[in-house]
Amino acid sequence: MTTTTGGTPAEPQPLLEAEDLTVDLLSGTPGAPRSRRVVRGVSFTLHEGETLALIGESGSGKSLSAMALMGLLPATTAEVGGSVRHRGTDLLALHPDALRARRGKHIAMIFQDALSALNPTLTVGFQIAEVIRAHEQVGRREARARAVELMARVRIPDPARRYRDYPHQFSGGMRQRIMIASALALSPDVLIADEPTTALDVTVQAQIMELLAELRESTGSALLLITHDLGLAATAADRVAIMYAGHIVEQAPVEDLYDRPAHPYTEGLLAALPRLEGPPDDLTPIPGTPPAPGPLPPGCSFRPRCPAARDSCATRQPALLPAPPARLVACHYPLEASSAR
Amino acid sequence: MTDTLTAPADTSPDGAAPPVSSAGAGWRTLRRRPAFLLTGAGVLLLLLVAAAPGLFAGWFGHGDPTVCDLTHSARGPSAGHPFGYDVQGCDLYANVVHGARASLGVGFLATAASLAVALVLGCLAGMAGRIVDSVVARLTDVFLGFPFLLGAIVVLNTLPTRDIPTVAAVLALFGWPTMTRVVRASVRSVREADYVVMARSLGAGPWDIVRRHVLPNALTPALVLATITVGGVIVAEASLTFLGVGLQSPSISWGLQLAGAQNSFRTHPHLLVFPGLFLSFTVFVLITFGDTVRDALDPRGR
Repeated sequence: MTTTTGGTPAEPQPLLEAEDLTVDLLSGTPGAPRSRRVVRGVSFTLHEGETLALIGESGSGKSLSAMALMGLLPATTAEVGGSVRHRGTDLLALHPDALRARRGKHIAMIFQDALSALNPTLTVGFQIAEVIRAHEQVGRREARARAVELMARVRIPDPARRYRDYPHQFSGGMRQRIMIASALALSPDVLIADEPTTALDVTVQAQIMELLAELRESTGSALLLITHDLGLAATAADRVAIMYAGHIVEQAPVEDLYDRPAHPYTEGLLAALPRLEGPPDDLTPIPGTPPAPGPLPPGCSFRPRCPAARDSCATRQPALLPAPPARLVACHYPLEASSAR
Repeated sequence: MTDTLTAPADTSPDGAAPPVSSAGAGWRTLRRRPAFLLTGAGVLLLLLVAAAPGLFAGWFGHGDPTVCDLTHSARGPSAGHPFGYDVQGCDLYANVVHGARASLGVGFLATAASLAVALVLGCLAGMAGRIVDSVVARLTDVFLGFPFLLGAIVVLNTLPTRDIPTVAAVLALFGWPTMTRVVRASVRSVREADYVVMARSLGAGPWDIVRRHVLPNALTPALVLATITVGGVIVAEASLTFLGVGLQSPSISWGLQLAGAQNSFRTHPHLLVFPGLFLSFTVFVLITFGDTVRDALDPRGR
């Protein structure tokens, strides 16, 4: 399914490669520990300069997967399994100090709500300069100059003056720019954006995505875009992976996935999207609710909500298998095979 | 949707925002509150009295608390001696003014020591994992489970000298657990904050996380508790001194003066009233000051 070293010329070594990533949330007391599995074996690859969108509804494990692969989940509350290789090095096996040295420099992250993700007691300029100083031996003055330059690159007007302002003095869009500036301060080759525009209104959202695309063009960063917004993923992503109940159920290049969904869940998501053409009240919700975290019943986790479920779906869990030309799907009866669409 | 639109759309709300820091906003709120101005002035006055009692003691008479004349023993207020004389025939006004130093000294020393211990242990307990947390939690439980008065009496009785630093140390010994719990709780609520996760995601080291991101944001509740604690510690000092296990003469303190008054206050009430009034006023001012500071720093109250 995945190549660990080298690779064929057609498939160069991926930049970031998650394999069988699992996350168990721990609760209870040390005497009587409890753990619930929320990410159940997620595998994906991210290539240089590429954008992969990880789509799922709330609780599907997409944000936890991102936190896990950055090594940001506290060991006291979460247990992470599997492997995450960045240029061949397993991040999860690294010493904490070595992992910290990579965070921010090689892999950086953008959060959903910039107001809560920026420290209210520090000036924005200081917070950008802090990233530079955490990784490079530079003086205060030089870090400051580079931070001002970064603020100019994300188009903060009058950056030298605004360097000394605090996060609450910025508007939502401007704060998001500050966060992007600090994440891209050291031109990381992997950028993880967890719902980067969900807290913004639609016009600002478009500006931020445009700015992000433009900056990534100059830094060459690959983007792992975590979102529940199918529309955003359609415009920004090269490839899309759909998550359901802690699994990736389908992964395909963006046009393939939107034009010809193979997994019934993907089809359900697309049917629930409003479209400009067609009757306006044509939204079809997916019946039922996703399963709770913890042990799942045998078989396919989407079966109780699946319109195409058959008897065998209740006994065997479908594996994520290749469906040529470039698709992976975890379904016993993928839609393309069953009907001509 | 292009850059020409970007700048004006995003900057106009920024331009309207007043250029103040969050600490500055708290300060601006404070300055507009009469309660803060009044109690702040009261605290300043108390500090001045404690620092330079000589400035105030001589207003009416000679102002020396140690010049005594037994023939004036316990005499009531008279010209030049507005508070009268104590049992030893010393000017009570001069004594009360000089007593401020002991009370405030013990109050601030004990609180500062408690706060210092609480910040270190609270941060450790909040940040360093379950085992350290459990150890610190059990340690605070042990101290909280000890009856304060009994514990203080036992410890103070074993000390050879009881002056301002030693009494402050004993009060701090029983004061740090409450404050440590406050710091720990507030550190734990801050450590999962998005900005702490973001700082970690960008490679900040553990020391920088604690120093720049956790502690500044977790400090407010502890500081508010500290301002209120000063008043409580002063009362505790006076109580212990009154019981005979706190400060000893030749120290001059309100607790000692109250202790000296206990046999004769029925016939000479001024011996009890004046030190008592000063003590109550001091504690009232300090606690009210702490309350106004808390109200101003709590954003929900703005």
